[in-house]
Amino acid sequence: MKHITVVGASLAGLSTVRSLRAEGYDGAVTVVGEERHAPYDRPPLSKEFLLGDVDAAALALGDADEDEALAADWVLGERAVGLDTADRSLTLASGRRLRTDGVVIATGASPRALPGAEHLTGIHTLRTLDDAQALRDALRGGFAPRVVVIGAGFIGAEVASTARRLGADVTVVEAAETPLERQLGREMAEIVASLHADNGVRLLRGTGVAGFTGDSAVTGVRLADGRLLPADVVVVGVGVRPTTDWLAGTGVRVDDGVVCDAGCATDVPGVVAVGDVARCPHPFTGRHARIEHWSNATDQARTAARTLLTGAPAVPPATAPYFWSDQYGVRIQMAGHVPAGAVPEIVEGDVEERSFVAVYRYGEAASPVAALALNRAKLFNRLRRTLAPATTTAVA
Amino acid sequence: MITVCRIEELPPGESLRITDGVPAPIAVFNADGTIYAVDDTCTHQDASLADGWLEGCFVECPLHTALFDLRTGMPTCAPAKTPVRTHQVSVENGHILLHISVGEPA
Ligand SMILES: Cc1cc2nc3c(=O)[nH]c(=O)nc-3n(C[C@H](O)[C@H](O)[C@H](O)COP(=O)(O)OP(=O)(O)OC[C@H]3O[C@@H](n4cnc5c(N)ncnc54)[C@H](O)[C@@H]3O)c2cc1C
Ligand code: FES
Repeated sequence: MKHITVVGASLAGLSTVRSLRAEGYDGAVTVVGEERHAPYDRPPLSKEFLLGDVDAAALALGDADEDEALAADWVLGERAVGLDTADRSLTLASGRRLRTDGVVIATGASPRALPGAEHLTGIHTLRTLDDAQALRDALRGGFAPRVVVIGAGFIGAEVASTARRLGADVTVVEAAETPLERQLGREMAEIVASLHADNGVRLLRGTGVAGFTGDSAVTGVRLADGRLLPADVVVVGVGVRPTTDWLAGTGVRVDDGVVCDAGCATDVPGVVAVGDVARCPHPFTGRHARIEHWSNATDQARTAARTLLTGAPAVPPATAPYFWSDQYGVRIQMAGHVPAGAVPEIVEGDVEERSFVAVYRYGEAASPVAALALNRAKLFNRLRRTLAPATTTAVA
Repeated sequence: MITVCRIEELPPGESLRITDGVPAPIAVFNADGTIYAVDDTCTHQDASLADGWLEGCFVECPLHTALFDLRTGMPTCAPAKTPVRTHQVSVENGHILLHISVGEPA
């Protein structure tokens, strides 16, 4: 392999370049990225950056020394629009064609939109630095805005928390009865959801959105039950779609993400996928699902780089998936996978103080399959190493 | 110089966070019998290294798993790029003593 092209210049793309070099690959690397920015870290966009505690420069994932060592050719502000797997070339929006031996698909995901938002200003989604800058300007406009956040997932909850810290009047509208139930299980999800009320933010559960009011700027959110919530700023956080439109008709199989084996290999030889866009079977969860978390992008990068360089699917480590979220000054950390029927048990701390560690047990052997911590990093980090996949415990 | 604790209060594999009498929090570790001290806050983002996972003379950050060499403060992998400042420690009369370095990390 003499030339590898990475499509997507963010965490998964950069991590794969790092891994390729760490594995000893010394051929050419080109990275194509639609955003004009060099790779930056997204998690602070809803946290410290939105709050105004850090500036854009602090988000950089790489630095000058590393850039030099990686010796990659960065093509930024350019979108890949096609991939010809037969003659091994990529087409960019500008019409430029890049010949390449190997391809890394790292195009991540894009926020889902709600109908009716297209013609109104003041309705935001949050994925990119530019999105975050626009939302930050709207929240810090010099008066206490009325903010409606649609969706109480991690990003919605973090935006609500940051907007509240900035003095906004915040309402969160959530379609499900219990936000984050799928990730945390009902009992723990209820505790995490209570952080909103603890901090003076209204959470409307089981509530759908019918549309928006306003002529040019949004003035309110119309709920499915007919109620109207006045709003100066609306943030839509209703999940993401994998960015795979550019792969249509290329022969790379797409079905809720790029379909891969456990080694991140696609159906097409010499083409791998990593990060939010990749749907790989996970050795710990036993599920063939995309994982939209920071650590997953860095973990998969190692696997994908090996697969690409050896031509044989690399075996990923069977470690528990991990993510964190910061909400209302509480650090939430979660590892493992919560199957239906897993029972959480508080092993340290106090739920009332929002500072505790819970271990989820599952199956006859009551094996630990997941751990959740609120403001308890130390024990959490010990426990996350003891988790076992529910798939094997179920059999045992 | 400040007294951290009696040596038996920090058994091998354990860590402590010192916040009193120091300009910024300091993490003290007992790595298999050798005591190390470094600035507690990870140089990447906001996490306390005293909460981290100790493996030999390395500590893994509890938030994004950057690994720091406690002997030098140097990060050995992403996402951390800059070293944490190290501090001198000594054991005298059964007590762990901390000698705080000032200035920039090496
Ligand atoms: C606001 C926010 C907060 C988050 N907080 C947390 C958190 O606290 N904890 C956690 O674990 N995770 C968090 N995440 C998730 C984490 O950031 C993602 O899992 C991670 O960014 C995935 O990296 P990726 O490289 O796969 O995709 P992305 O970061 O989405 O990058 C994909 C890149 O590809 C580019 N691209 C797309 N299509 C093309 C094309 N056709 N041609 C060229 N370039 C293209 C895009 O412009 C983008 O730059 C957060 C995400 C967001 C948005
Ligand atoms: S905060 Fe320590 S690695 Fe990110």
